Amino acid sequence: MDFDVSEDRRMLADSLNRFLADRYGIEHRNSVAYDAPYHDPDRWSEMVELGVLHALVPEEAGGFGGTGFDITVVFEALGRALNPEPVLAALISARLLVAAGRDVEDLVTGTSRYAAALSEPDAPYEVEDIATEATADGDGWRLSGRKSVVYGGHLADRFLVSARHGDGIGLFAVNADAARVTPYGMIDGGGAAEVFLDSAPAELLMTDAVAAIGDALDAGALALCAEAVGAMDVTRDTLLDYLRQRKQFGRTIGSFQALQHRAVELAAEIEQARSITILAASRLGGDGGSRTVSMAKNLVGRTARLVSEETIQMHGGIAMTWEYSASHYAKRLVMLDHQLGDTDHHLERVMAAYAA
Amino acid sequence: MDLSFSPEEVAFRDEVRAFLRDELPAELSDKVRRGAELTKADMERWHAILNGRGWLAATWPEEHGGPGWSPVQRHIFDEEAALASAPRIVPFGLHMLGPVLIRFGTEEQKAQVLPRILDGSDWWCQGYSEPGAGSDLASLKARAVRDGDEYVINGQKTWTTLGQHANKIFCLLRTSTEGKPQEGISFVLVDLDTPGIEMRPIKLIEGGHEVNEVFFTDVRVPVANLVGEENKGWTIAKFLLTHERTNIAGVGFSVQAFEQLRALAGRMRRNGKRLIDNPLFAARMAKVEIDLEAMKITNLRMLSDARKNGAPGPESSMLKIKGTEIRQELNDLARRALGPAAAPFPAEMLEGNEALVPADHARNAERYFNNRKITIFGGSNEIQKNILTKAMLEL
Ligand SMILES: Cc1cc2nc3c(=O)[nH]c(=O)nc-3n(C[C@H](O)[C@H](O)[C@H](O)COP(=O)(O)OP(=O)(O)OC[C@H]3O[C@@H](n4cnc5c(N)ncnc54)[C@H](O)[C@@H]3O)c2cc1C
Repeated sequence: MDFDVSEDRRMLADSLNRFLADRYGIEHRNSVAYDAPYHDPDRWSEMVELGVLHALVPEEAGGFGGTGFDITVVFEALGRALNPEPVLAALISARLLVAAGRDVEDLVTGTSRYAAALSEPDAPYEVEDIATEATADGDGWRLSGRKSVVYGGHLADRFLVSARHGDGIGLFAVNADAARVTPYGMIDGGGAAEVFLDSAPAELLMTDAVAAIGDALDAGALALCAEAVGAMDVTRDTLLDYLRQRKQFGRTIGSFQALQHRAVELAAEIEQARSITILAASRLGGDGGSRTVSMAKNLVGRTARLVSEETIQMHGGIAMTWEYSASHYAKRLVMLDHQLGDTDHHLERVMAAYAA
Repeated sequence: MDLSFSPEEVAFRDEVRAFLRDELPAELSDKVRRGAELTKADMERWHAILNGRGWLAATWPEEHGGPGWSPVQRHIFDEEAALASAPRIVPFGLHMLGPVLIRFGTEEQKAQVLPRILDGSDWWCQGYSEPGAGSDLASLKARAVRDGDEYVINGQKTWTTLGQHANKIFCLLRTSTEGKPQEGISFVLVDLDTPGIEMRPIKLIEGGHEVNEVFFTDVRVPVANLVGEENKGWTIAKFLLTHERTNIAGVGFSVQAFEQLRALAGRMRRNGKRLIDNPLFAARMAKVEIDLEAMKITNLRMLSDARKNGAPGPESSMLKIKGTEIRQELNDLARRALGPAAAPFPAEMLEGNEALVPADHARNAERYFNNRKITIFGGSNEIQKNILTKAMLEL
């Protein structure tokens, strides 16, 4: 048994943590996160040069990672710094492209930007309930429908779109200029978009894409778990510092047992969240991988909400303010649960095995 | 045991309903339902409508312009107003300063201040908390030093809700450093136009501006602005706390929020079905509905005790704890129900055909984050538990 991170991954984590602390300090992070275009092109290029995207792609496909642990190392660092750049979009897209046997050179070098347009207003988390339709048109295809809250959609050159055709659900590529895109920011920072397709010309990548989409979303959900673990570690440290410093009634508030036990409970829950994330990373793409990712996403979702709410509460008014960094961590931790399946969605996926 | 209202109370409720139906402007209730920010003019408009009917100062006795309502009538009004999505009454002048002056003020202070609260000439804000004095309010440091017939004020107040609209502030200030900290505090009225006062906005977690910091540098106010006796301000603060407690459970807000949630869950879809048909989500809703049904009765029971015993006892702390927890749980579900569509911000960015969710729900995430405050202010839930612990264990 060995829970140590491999040397390569530790080096990547160290350099990424250093880079993010240096180049995306909380003030700069906030201006990138909340002001259009929700992106810093220069620093993003530097981040790509560090190999952040290469780490998400297997060697055979031109990267140097792509396993569960590569994903968690990168996203934990992103979570610690609350980074708002569209790495999640790149991860999901890369996985889809690799599954479709496509080249991802332009993606990992940052030359092209992809976003996976899978979710719809009436099918927010479900791969198979979508309404977007694909119809054959000569050699190509045309897509019509609406894709909703497409992460990274505000920056994408190309969308990877799920759509139904005669025989099931396929994956298509659509150039951004063939779609109508409404970009916006999100309450916890970063950008997304609504993507309207009105007979948009499309290239077919995969005829039966359900399994590949499921795998890509598993990788995405795992990434979000790791991001949450990173953000929770920082949030807990901020809370503990405050409990040690803040005085009321002539003593530190950390001396009140009413708060002490709750802080300990948070710390324990975070360790549980870390453990299930490690387990999910080890199984990603293998036997029981999907179900374990769902276990992780469920537990992390519950824990992240608890950490967010308790951190605000135990701070008193101060963590309700924009100026105090913990408020931004709190928002991210809660809103993570709205991405790629919430706690209930993933609980259902865990429960499904009982019926089988 | 009879859980129903008396015929007179039912008649009163119908009168309130009719009034709200006829007089509450749709623009205002729309904004409240959507959780949109009310402007100063919006709030003043609603105050003026209530004042026209004589219903604005619900907690004041008739001789000062109150409606002379019983606690049950007040409760009925609060509930009905919340159900109709009426704006909340800005409490600082009406529910806080008014009752204080009526109890502790001089005849002159009452004559000068009360009518101007009623007709909206003055907007008061509450200057209690300081950066170093939150839960431990008695440790406050902002000083008022007597100089002839003036006080000279130096120090800082913070968290001043809606101070940006106010022209007046009532403050707790230190007038003595001798004895226990509680014994050197005075309650003073201050005109915000006085030289030496600076107000700065504080941006909250969801981006809104509703609280402020207020800095006082050599601010001179007449000694006549002292309310009650010098160094006896703590008595007033404690008196006020029981007044802040009216409608503390916020049952009306919760009932209204539950109805909105039920409608929303009937519209949103998951797995090809309505969200409300999803057993996990429905279970979350059912749990909070059960808590809320119980809360309604707990609230009425305590109201009825208060009617018998005069003032609300420490049990009102239970109402605050449970009432705020239920409201926050409802806020959580309303955010959760939206799925990914909770995130776009500000929500008004997506409108018309592009709107992702019904307009009433576009700000659910903002509302959820903003309402984390309700377990912190007005005595945090931890402090409420300390109060209860003392009472229950007779410590
Ligand atoms: C949105 C908002 C609006 C407000 N509006 C106003 C206003 O208009 N006017 C005004 O004067 N004030 C206002 N307040 C201030 C509010 O009353 C204080 O925030 C509150 O009293 C808590 O104080 P604090 O924020 O300093 O937290 P602290 O007192 O520092 O508390 C930090 C944490 O420690 C806990 N704690 C403290 N003491 C104990 C103890 N003995 N045992 C166990 N736990 C303890 C608290 O519960 C909290 O969890 C507002 C606050 C907010 C957030």
